[in-house]
Amino acid sequence: MGLRIIVTVKQVPDTHNVSGDAMKDDGTVNRAVLPTIFNPEDLNALEEALKIKEIAGGTVTCISMGPPNAVEVLKECLYRGADDVILVSDRRFAGADTLATSYALKCAIEKVGEYDLILCGRQAIDGDTAQVGPQIAEKLDINQLTCISKVVAVEDRSITVKRSVEDGYEIVKSRFPALLTITATANEPRPANAKQVMTYKNIGKEMCSSSYDESYIASDACAILNHVKEWNVEAIAADPEQCGLSGSPTKVKKIQSVVLAACESRQVANSDAGVADLIHELIEENIIG
Amino acid sequence: MDNQKNVMVFIESRNSKVAEVSLELLSAASRLAQELGSSVEAVALGHNLEEELKALGHYGCQRVYYTDDERLSHFTSVPYAKTITRIIKQYKPGVVLFGATTMGRDVAPRVASALKCGLTADCTDLQIGEHKIKEITYENTLLQIRPAFGGNIVATIVSPESVPSMATVREGVMKMNLPDPDKTVEIIQEPCVIDEDDFLTEILDIVREEKQVNLKAAQIIVSAGMGASDPETIGLAKELAKVLGGELGCSRPVVDSGILDKEHQVGQTGITVRPNLYIACGISGQIQHRAGMSEAKRIIAINKDPQAPIFALAHYGIVGDVKDVLGKMIKAYKTKA
Repeated sequence: MGLRIIVTVKQVPDTHNVSGDAMKDDGTVNRAVLPTIFNPEDLNALEEALKIKEIAGGTVTCISMGPPNAVEVLKECLYRGADDVILVSDRRFAGADTLATSYALKCAIEKVGEYDLILCGRQAIDGDTAQVGPQIAEKLDINQLTCISKVVAVEDRSITVKRSVEDGYEIVKSRFPALLTITATANEPRPANAKQVMTYKNIGKEMCSSSYDESYIASDACAILNHVKEWNVEAIAADPEQCGLSGSPTKVKKIQSVVLAACESRQVANSDAGVADLIHELIEENIIG
Repeated sequence: MDNQKNVMVFIESRNSKVAEVSLELLSAASRLAQELGSSVEAVALGHNLEEELKALGHYGCQRVYYTDDERLSHFTSVPYAKTITRIIKQYKPGVVLFGATTMGRDVAPRVASALKCGLTADCTDLQIGEHKIKEITYENTLLQIRPAFGGNIVATIVSPESVPSMATVREGVMKMNLPDPDKTVEIIQEPCVIDEDDFLTEILDIVREEKQVNLKAAQIIVSAGMGASDPETIGLAKELAKVLGGELGCSRPVVDSGILDKEHQVGQTGITVRPNLYIACGISGQIQHRAGMSEAKRIIAINKDPQAPIFALAHYGIVGDVKDVLGKMIKAYKTKA
């Protein structure tokens, strides 16, 4: 009897490579022109799950909430060795803040059923909030260990990890079930496995209705391996009021593209004399010693 | 009494000492409470903290709800989250602020989830204002301002229907008030009503590591961006920092590329600094970075691109090859001094 591990993953715009044309004239972001990527720390979470599975045995189930296109990150999960992938997708999930997102993911996790560990990336690069992981843990009423820089040991019914904090680190242990948020320093994510890529080359999607039969998962794990499951609001038995925009207490009041406060700027000549004058001036003003 | 307008701060203590960020937040809370005509409160957890907590008054805190229990002397998620949730439910503040530290970012989302209220991460500014949703106007709501989308935009977030509105704020972002020793705080003891079953995390070891770099305390920072990230230029930036008695900082891409450690990173997701002098080398000046250094007293920007946004912020701009300019600066300082 191995461990049942759930990994939450997110497809994000590549905010590190935002160019000028990504901004519309009205100051909003034109998502259409941004390339999307697998959120980096979610790859670390997946890697950690796969490593734990290698040691302890078990299954790795990846869940992503997002538009249909987010199936791309789930394929990446399969290519790396995930056993089962689920896309939680529905127009009614759109506009979700972290509270509504964690609610939908909690419903999806409950539908998956039993689990020992939930692994999340510490934060996503499009919002950097680091909120969804702890909020899922609260909603499932399970323990959480955040900002994990290393998994130290996986025991029979517990896990010991290294947690990075401001002035050093802690070694902490929790019984299962627990939710962990994993940082980039925890591991080096493996690339996609070429053999797996071929296996899943023609991956299809299986729409799931609200009458989805749970026994299907248990009875024939192999048959569903070839499919990305897609679950909507009804499939995960979520309250639509708590999903998407209507389930989000935070609202965006205003978005401004960045306008720099004009400052009295002085151009310094890039010459020996120009730089020397500047250094001299800073010494005179006791800015430098 | 209208509790719903009070501003509450989560007091973070590490090693039985109140964290600096909590004092910064009390200072910010004082300004917000003044505008709201309400009080500044705090929620503290720990063991034998009374003496430490007395100082909160000097920063404008009027009441602190303090839960003392030996089992709370070190942070663990569930007991802390449940205790803070209980205090918020009982005293109903309108605003609750947390430091965006490892502890604050762990516990605040859990509390927000339990209360089903809004939480905005890493705010760089907090104001009081109004917000309209259709015909309803919410007065005196918290405007939570933060850079978003990799720092390309600034978003103002509100959660007017959420009581309370919650936000996390990074260390160093809010200016700390000068302490007023005549101001005192009322310490209200709260019972610890956490079940033994809720202590789910076992702490096996706590290791303190001396920081190699102390950017927060540095008066001079020479900071490298991707335009100064080749080994030779970084070497020169480091040398300039050393001769000036400062520290080496950098922008986020430099850390993401694995060139420098995270402890060098200045910016919204790094460290917020207020040095006397900040020398930005080959840093374009995305808001993500500027959020962490715009309050430096003097800023020198060196960049080969005259259109780089960093120049708009700089007191002194030098357009040119970063390596070349750094070499000139080192030489000029060595010969002058």
